[in-house]
Amino acid sequence: MSELILNRRGFLAGATGLAAASFAGRPAFADGMNWKAYSGTSLEVTLVKSPRADIIQKFLPEFEAMTGIKVGFEQIPEQQARQKQVIELTSGHPSFDVIHESFHVQKRLFEKSGWVADLEDMLHNPTLTAPYTTESDFSPAGLAYSRNQVGHLRALPQSVDYWVIYYNKQMFDAKGIAYPDTFEQFIKAAEALTDPSKNQYGFVARGQRNANVPVFTSFLLGYGVDSINAKGELMTASPEAIEAAKMYQHLLTKCAPPGTIGFNWAECQASFMQGQVAMWLDGIGFAPPLEDKKRSRIAGHVGYGLMPKGPVRRASATFGDGLSIPAASTKKEQAWLFLQWACSPKLCRDLVTTGSGVPFRISTLNDPSIRKELTMPQEWLDVVNASAKVSALGLPVIIPVTEFRDTIGVALTNLLSGGDAATEMKKATDTFRPVLEQSEKA
Amino acid sequence: MTGSNGNSATAGANASAAGGAARLMPGYWPFVVPALVIVVAVIIFPWAFTLWMSLHDWKLGFARSFVGLANYAKMFGDERFLQATVRTIFYTVLATVLPVVLGVFAAVTFHERFPLRGLLRGIFIMPMMATPVAIALVWVMMFHPQLGVLNYLLSLVGIPPQLWVFSINGVIPSLVMIETWQWTPLVMLIVLGGLASLPTEPYESALIDGAGKFAVFRHITLPLILPFVMVATILRTIDAVKSFDIIFAITQGGPGTASETINLYLYSVAFPYRNIGYGSALAVVFFILVVALSLAMLWLRQRSRWMLAGE
Repeated sequence: MSELILNRRGFLAGATGLAAASFAGRPAFADGMNWKAYSGTSLEVTLVKSPRADIIQKFLPEFEAMTGIKVGFEQIPEQQARQKQVIELTSGHPSFDVIHESFHVQKRLFEKSGWVADLEDMLHNPTLTAPYTTESDFSPAGLAYSRNQVGHLRALPQSVDYWVIYYNKQMFDAKGIAYPDTFEQFIKAAEALTDPSKNQYGFVARGQRNANVPVFTSFLLGYGVDSINAKGELMTASPEAIEAAKMYQHLLTKCAPPGTIGFNWAECQASFMQGQVAMWLDGIGFAPPLEDKKRSRIAGHVGYGLMPKGPVRRASATFGDGLSIPAASTKKEQAWLFLQWACSPKLCRDLVTTGSGVPFRISTLNDPSIRKELTMPQEWLDVVNASAKVSALGLPVIIPVTEFRDTIGVALTNLLSGGDAATEMKKATDTFRPVLEQSEKA
Repeated sequence: MTGSNGNSATAGANASAAGGAARLMPGYWPFVVPALVIVVAVIIFPWAFTLWMSLHDWKLGFARSFVGLANYAKMFGDERFLQATVRTIFYTVLATVLPVVLGVFAAVTFHERFPLRGLLRGIFIMPMMATPVAIALVWVMMFHPQLGVLNYLLSLVGIPPQLWVFSINGVIPSLVMIETWQWTPLVMLIVLGGLASLPTEPYESALIDGAGKFAVFRHITLPLILPFVMVATILRTIDAVKSFDIIFAITQGGPGTASETINLYLYSVAFPYRNIGYGSALAVVFFILVVALSLAMLWLRQRSRWMLAGE
């Protein structure tokens, strides 16, 4: 089993090596690529509903004009899309040629099931691959996510979600508190900014089962531990995990609004936008509404903070999404053209300047000119770049990710009802271990 | 009922119908085929396939293997399933009793003549017509402990804020509150139909005998509308035990698993976990539970008719 499970370090090391190899061994792509090679054909694209898919849909006519390919396009809510993908891919006759892939949930399943196409041959075909589709322009985390265990490309990385701390500058200024740099300062600031008599709380984060696990893993990473280690062993009952669980329990029971046990990101965002909460830990993708004056009472006063340093390291839990082609698709070449266009520098630029997402494409984030077009505060881009340097996978790359999140998530909600951290984490770990072992045997 | 005369009349009618069917069979049986095909395709085949899947260890995307009744045996040791079963019963009882009691009360109230009765009756049945998921989204906002309107309303009368669906103890009663709000009008409509069909003579006799309003309700109205109340109870029970949309949209079974009913659990197992084999076994057991419950309710309804006939 240990051979099959990939951990974060393994991923990053492998991806860095592959990226380096790409500098050395890749052929220079010819300029003779023919975007019109499949003119007159059609393509079916099914993506998860999101601002990223909105950008693609907005510019879709450009792709159709450039390639002459007619695109059938649909966006489906995340949970329904995942079910549709699994059912259709299992049938062996999917109705789509391009799909959205949530790497942090589906990578291992898609690989092990053999559901998505190996893109390596097309990547090396200069008549099919645009000059800008170079592996070296995607971040190591993106490449780690999008390559399989033998190092072949099986998706194009589209966008990354770093977990950051949103903070209310007015609350910090009123108390004369500086943005925390360490976990210790972070907890003290959350405590100092909590005043239930004024309906003001120092911290908020997801308490709802399943959704709450990335909050816990954000803390766990600061203790220098991944939820599954390099040997494939669960680390969720380790001394570090128990400390991280205690931190989660303390912050959400002593410094967060009542009822956080049932909060998902939407409830957290609502409390934060109403100016009732000083700090909110969540993905960078939730930033745009905070700056919308019609919806947010704290627009213009939002700080974007890098995840504080834990006792061992500073780490920003990272999640990623990409685009893949079903192995059973009969239109892989057309689909490959679509993938390249959807992850092109132009669309990546639109993604970041509108605040709709953060691309994996390095050249886009390093381009100084995007700051002029940015609709979000400059601080937002600063924290994106800073988080990229301390990026770490927020969830283990395993098949039963949902069961992992549900099982550990229940333990975390039990903590919010007064459960003992060591007992709950051990019970959850013991419950999940056979599920993990079974999944790798299948 | 008329005893043996009635029975012999029924038997005669059945014999006549059977004879008629026998005469029609040779020429008319092809007309049954379309309905038969549809029933086989959308009811019998899915169930047979679900039964077959429940006998396999099968996770979508991977090979399946025959395991016999192992999936069914697994349920006895599945703590989450057992808790979901208890929760389903608790939820069903509350989400049936409250709408039925309030629905009967509302029906009796709206049966009386008073100004604007039609308008108020129309307003009262509006929750029943709304889309469950839309309702759920509105209630989630109203339940929010800090920003929701419910706690604001409570504060106006000096009651401290509640956590509603954001607490392990409060989630089931809060969800039942929504079910009650939405489905009391259905009970009211069914019972109102019954009230409209009641004879006036017993009431005139009671009036002459000097019976009070409560005595009239207890001894005349309630026994006469009992069959209608039973119909409403059966519909409500089956609907409550299968409840999914409101719970899923508001809590997704949480906090933790505090509102996870069998329906939500089997959904998690079959779809997000992709465990089609075990999910199918759960679906079969859940189906048996619903059928058993329905038969019990139908028996109770029949019994209420016999009671009336006896009186």
